[in-house]
Amino acid sequence: MTTPIPTTAPTPADVIGMRRSKPLPVLRTVYAVVIVVAVLAVLRSLAGNEALDWPTVREYFFDPAVMEGLRRTLVITVLAIVIAIVLGVVVANMRLSKNPVLRGSSWTYVWFFRSIPLLVLLVLAYNLSLVYPEITISIPFGPELFSTSTQDLVSPMVAAVAAFGLQQAAYTSEVLRASIQSVPVGQREAAAALGMSHARTMWRIVLPQAMRVAIPPVANETINLLKATSLVAFISVPDLLYSVQQIYSSTFQVVPLLLVATLWYMVIVSVLSGLQYLIERRLRRAPGRRTARPTAVAELADKELS
Amino acid sequence: MTTATDAVQPGETPVLEAVGVTKRYGDLTVVDDVSLRVRAGETISLLGPSGAGKSSFLRCLNLLEPFDEGHVFLDGELLGYRPHRGRLRELSDRQLNRQRRHIGMVFQQFNLFAHKTVLENLVEAPIGVLGVDAEVARKEARDLLDQVGLADKEHVYPAQLSGGQQQRVAIARALAMHPKVMLFDEPTSALDPELVSEVLDVMKSLAASGMTMVVVTHEIGFAREVCDRFVFMERGAVVEVGAGASLAVDQVTHERTRAFLSRVL
Repeated sequence: MTTPIPTTAPTPADVIGMRRSKPLPVLRTVYAVVIVVAVLAVLRSLAGNEALDWPTVREYFFDPAVMEGLRRTLVITVLAIVIAIVLGVVVANMRLSKNPVLRGSSWTYVWFFRSIPLLVLLVLAYNLSLVYPEITISIPFGPELFSTSTQDLVSPMVAAVAAFGLQQAAYTSEVLRASIQSVPVGQREAAAALGMSHARTMWRIVLPQAMRVAIPPVANETINLLKATSLVAFISVPDLLYSVQQIYSSTFQVVPLLLVATLWYMVIVSVLSGLQYLIERRLRRAPGRRTARPTAVAELADKELS
Repeated sequence: MTTATDAVQPGETPVLEAVGVTKRYGDLTVVDDVSLRVRAGETISLLGPSGAGKSSFLRCLNLLEPFDEGHVFLDGELLGYRPHRGRLRELSDRQLNRQRRHIGMVFQQFNLFAHKTVLENLVEAPIGVLGVDAEVARKEARDLLDQVGLADKEHVYPAQLSGGQQQRVAIARALAMHPKVMLFDEPTSALDPELVSEVLDVMKSLAASGMTMVVVTHEIGFAREVCDRFVFMERGAVVEVGAGASLAVDQVTHERTRAFLSRVL
């Protein structure tokens, strides 16, 4: 009792009143099944794998040494990224300055710190006392105000924060420069026409808009930096990775302890990603798309209902 | 004695005066020895084909564009320079900003601050630059929004407004600084045709209220109806200056002005 399929092209009379349907998504279904099966297989191989030794993972997950390492990792990351952003804003603005000396030194800074491998920079900072045994603050060519031995001042933690902060500032300044340049020049002209100073224009008009562009790459760099801090093992700072290494060097439970570190890194990255999402959402509110849409929907609803 | 070419009375200081303003890009002279005296309350239109240097000249008037020769005076005060030991010395950015706040500017692309609401756009400079009390600035901003017909939009962001509404906000933002003169750089060129009149209406009432205005525009009707005088430019130079009301093919005196008008009317 089905409707016969018309042999000629359907006329309006044929199709009016027919319900719509979609063809079966054959390929899409195949892909989905393949992926789900693969994921299940991997999960099963991990869950039932003795080598992972989940009880040991659980045992060391909140171990005081691991917690202390985690704290150091976080301290280095946070201090370094704060230095990177503050210094990055300065270096980016120098690069965009009219003053050729400022432009040149900014360019040189970025060139220098991007040229040195992070590990080399880290070890150099750690061994700064070999180059400068003493650090002295004095009036140039005048009397000495303060002097101390480099070894006292530059602890391994200080060396790590300085190395990561200074290098990250070079990268971040480039991100910020691009973000600042992405703000339409008309915004600056409008501010100038209103008699606003350079500093005020930058702070109130340009930077807030540049931040919207800068957040995703800066978040990327923060996450990258977090994991790069594991290099501090080379200068014997007991961070997250180094503290689990110290444990497994005596217990030989290599894989479960690496899992402990990995899981912690994943936890922090997840938190950072969530933070990024929140900041982006907050900044996106400004140009009004989020509030515009509900209005449009409401208008449509009004029309439909009336 | 008022003539079509210069309305300024003897002994009177023009609000805005340009003397021999010349701007070059390499070999190309985009503004060629342009002089203009604008009397208080006058509305002047700058007309001409695209590339005639109208916008460049306008941008020279508030020093957004540095120029090579000539001088601009606002209320008799030299802009951008001061005499120093027999030479003209450039003013510091700080002093320049102090002068610029008296000149309102409206741009073709509106240039509203995209991250600020309409009200925030209006109060940003009065509070931050003039140091007006925040409450006072907000109240005045609301009055201005009412004047341009957007009283209900103060909490909206620019992206949610039509082009015509954005341009009216931009006019209100410039007015919030109590400028001595308002410069308009093709204020309706970026608008959909049906939105042009709402902006022109605001400008019309502004002119009627006695604001001194210089308007780069392609709206000949507006120039004829509202502007006291027109300045016709071509290739950077002034070709003809005349009474706004005489903007008709059979009334302008110069051949090139006539040719331009017959093309656009």
